Amino acid sequence: MKRKNTEPYVRLTRPLVRDSGELRPASWEEALERAAAGFRRTLDTKGPEAFGMFSCARATNEMNYVAQKFTRAVIGTNNVDSCNRTCHAPSVAGLARVFDSGGGTSSYQEIEDADVIVVWGGNPREAHPIFFQHVLKAVHRGAKLFVIDPRRTSTASWAHRRLQLYVGTDIPLAHAIAREIIHSGLANTAFIERATEGFAEFAASVEPWTLEAAEETTGVPAELIRELAHTYARADRGQLSWTLGITEHHNGTDNVLSLINLALLAGHVGRYGAGLNPLRGQNNVQGGGDMGAIPDRMPGFQNILDADVRAKFDAAWGSNIPPHKGLNLTQMLDAMERGDLTCVYIIGENPVQSEADCEHTIKRLSNVEHLVVQDIFLTKTAQLADVVLPASAAWCESDGTFTNSERRVQRVRKALEPPEGARDDIQLLCELARRLGHDWNYQGGEDVWNELRTLSPMHAGMSYARLEELGGIQWPCYREDELEPTFLHGRLWEEDPAKRGRPAPFTVIAHSPPVDLLTEDFPIRLTTGRRLDSYNTGVQSGGFPSPLRRGETLDLCPADAVRLGVVEDEVVRISSRRGEIEAPVRIDEGLRPGLAFMTFHFPDEIDVNVITIEATCPVAGTAEYKAAAIRVEKLPVTV
Amino acid sequence: MTIVGLGLPRRLVEFTVDGEAVRVPEGSTILDACAAAGKDIPTLCFGDTLEPANACRVCMVEVEGSRTLVPSCSRKAEPGMVVRTETDRTRLSRKVVLELLGSATDLSTTPDVAGWMAECGAEPERFGPPAPASDDRDDRRPGEHEIPDGLTAATVRQPVKVDNELYVRDYGKCIQCYKCVDACGEQWQNTFAITMAGRGFDARISTEFANPLPDSACVYCGNCVEVCPTGALSFKREHDKREAGTWDESRQTATTTICTFCGVGCSLTLHVQDNEIVKVTSPHESSVTHGNLCIKGRFGWQHVQNR
Repeated sequence: MKRKNTEPYVRLTRPLVRDSGELRPASWEEALERAAAGFRRTLDTKGPEAFGMFSCARATNEMNYVAQKFTRAVIGTNNVDSCNRTCHAPSVAGLARVFDSGGGTSSYQEIEDADVIVVWGGNPREAHPIFFQHVLKAVHRGAKLFVIDPRRTSTASWAHRRLQLYVGTDIPLAHAIAREIIHSGLANTAFIERATEGFAEFAASVEPWTLEAAEETTGVPAELIRELAHTYARADRGQLSWTLGITEHHNGTDNVLSLINLALLAGHVGRYGAGLNPLRGQNNVQGGGDMGAIPDRMPGFQNILDADVRAKFDAAWGSNIPPHKGLNLTQMLDAMERGDLTCVYIIGENPVQSEADCEHTIKRLSNVEHLVVQDIFLTKTAQLADVVLPASAAWCESDGTFTNSERRVQRVRKALEPPEGARDDIQLLCELARRLGHDWNYQGGEDVWNELRTLSPMHAGMSYARLEELGGIQWPCYREDELEPTFLHGRLWEEDPAKRGRPAPFTVIAHSPPVDLLTEDFPIRLTTGRRLDSYNTGVQSGGFPSPLRRGETLDLCPADAVRLGVVEDEVVRISSRRGEIEAPVRIDEGLRPGLAFMTFHFPDEIDVNVITIEATCPVAGTAEYKAAAIRVEKLPVTV
Repeated sequence: MTIVGLGLPRRLVEFTVDGEAVRVPEGSTILDACAAAGKDIPTLCFGDTLEPANACRVCMVEVEGSRTLVPSCSRKAEPGMVVRTETDRTRLSRKVVLELLGSATDLSTTPDVAGWMAECGAEPERFGPPAPASDDRDDRRPGEHEIPDGLTAATVRQPVKVDNELYVRDYGKCIQCYKCVDACGEQWQNTFAITMAGRGFDARISTEFANPLPDSACVYCGNCVEVCPTGALSFKREHDKREAGTWDESRQTATTTICTFCGVGCSLTLHVQDNEIVKVTSPHESSVTHGNLCIKGRFGWQHVQNR
């Protein structure tokens, strides 16, 4: 099928306001006043908890710092979050629960120096290509690569061993690996005794997951599970890396915790070259969270429930931060539906196209009384707004920093003037704060950063000058004259219990299969992911002419295509319990019968989120994008 | 705990370059030592992120006791070695190499080569006027080659290959330095979309079965373009601007920032002319990218310019 190209998005250059149902151009003064008046009205009539902020995982640390400060100090609520909720919130929740810190524990150089690398539920060859170059350096050096994924991806084609498990059976597989490590006497008992707790309960809990039981449930041959268990546990330096194949499940946090259990069992954390690494999907998911643009943490990942932490920020900001967690993005959407959250400020996010079951999201956002969207394009979300504020592009039209997946804070520099009529994100936030009675005066990104450094100990040593000089610095960095190791949690190996600190707990986890059950009506499992040349919601990557781009397809294995009587390029109807879409078929021999694959790259043409399921992880709020049940039907021939 | 990265402990090696004693860490090449001593040795196929390919032979130096000249880019310094970089022999060698390259290849977009030619008195014209451009060299059958007429200089000139919107291949400028092959292959990208085809004077860089790029294994990371020293590979935007006469490096700024297409944090250097991004490269010293990018980092910037 010839692909119908949609028009690329064009930059916004004039503010828009909604009058009698229609968006119309407005002056900056009118738009800003309209936005501020709506915030004031909400505060006067409903109070601060009726406000929600969607901050932006693609904007700078500085923007995220100011956005959460606006939410907490100007409005007076902790309802601030970003798209981390749709991707790696379970990684942060899991890592923070065990180690008190939600970052990946290693550096890319340590990946190159590892002996065994396990990539679990990820396809970095396509989704994180430069990370995968570091993996391939290790492979060429002799490291063993295991890839665990329901699909045989281009990443898996580089693996020494591929474990093609059934979607949603990660916990049984992890448990069987754990049991095999324990039964073979390969558990790192010295580390377990010294640095962990809860081992006995954990060991008892994995006991039913024999290799045979796991083979039955996961579809992975027992011999492969055994080989992975032995190779990982025997390695000097073992790395475990994952992406959304682990997190985008209704029990994503449990999945992450089951992987952490393995690292604790083998002692593969807290040492050079050994670690646990979630690969982030958006450029500044890590930084947005580090800056406090999440409902339960202040900048520097400091706990919002800690009165001393709040007192420090209140003293610096003249604020009165509520002593409870705010709503996360998923909870904010629920609150919109209930009518409790009536005023929303969205910066650079596009939930209408990125949330699972998107028809439901549109309904909820339409329920909001005052919606302000700040973006560089009139996205599908911006089209619902009452006020649209044209912003500049963070990565090339502003100065600041991003934090990458190895916790490296790096300088972002202004290379271009934004289009005439667009304004800097931070200026816009400050202007709105001023209209609500808070006179903030930041001369630029560096001013914001220096304020953050006084309040976040883990960023204190990172001046802009030093970031320039060293090509970025990994957090934590407490002092301007020191650097910490490139890996986290070295404390766990300290002999002195005082220095060692809180033991890392094993977690007892039960297997819970995907929520969307396969039945006769919906017999095929749909899983989702990324392709190399495109990007979620298509707003950015739709702007360049990629020779690799073939548009959205429903990928099926050859046997399923034969069974359904469909051929490549034939358009079929795909239905789930939420809705239905149509897409052309593509044959992928990397899939097994009963498994189909799609992306979220072209929602303007084929909106896959119409059929995904909104079942969310109760801890992290992330939806089960990876496991929908679908039916595929041939379309009647039309003449 | 404070950790200072010391790297591997290295002994120093002492040797002589052009009569001067130099001390360099064990494992350094002669080229490294010369660079540290402030000596300029011409290089074409040397890539700072790649293993030396030893292909172009312009960096040859004399090492006492060695029968042949040695490539300074790959020969490791040894204690007591006596190296001469500017002798009649090295100058003659460089002159002939540059003449042969210059007579067969379009070096008009190769930085610095005109200066080196002038320095060593290279006269590519002495092989005669260039032969007329041939058809696409990829169309030749194996073993087929043109018999030189003895009056004109054989060249690798051929039409520019424009088969996609992202980068173009002008193999009339290719000196077969292998940098693109190494960057596409095992050293970085591991895609193996391009390698050497043909023999002798017919040798050329090509795709499998000489397919157009969109039908090849190419994933458009542009890492081959990043390392190409002659402009044989260039970005389409740059190529078009050069054709139109509007490419002007003197009006360009280069600003390094960070890519937004995933969480890896790749460094992008945006080359901007008249407030328009005209090219994206990546700093070779970045510990994240080592000069490499993927298709989105290299080419996915147009959306900010849809004004």
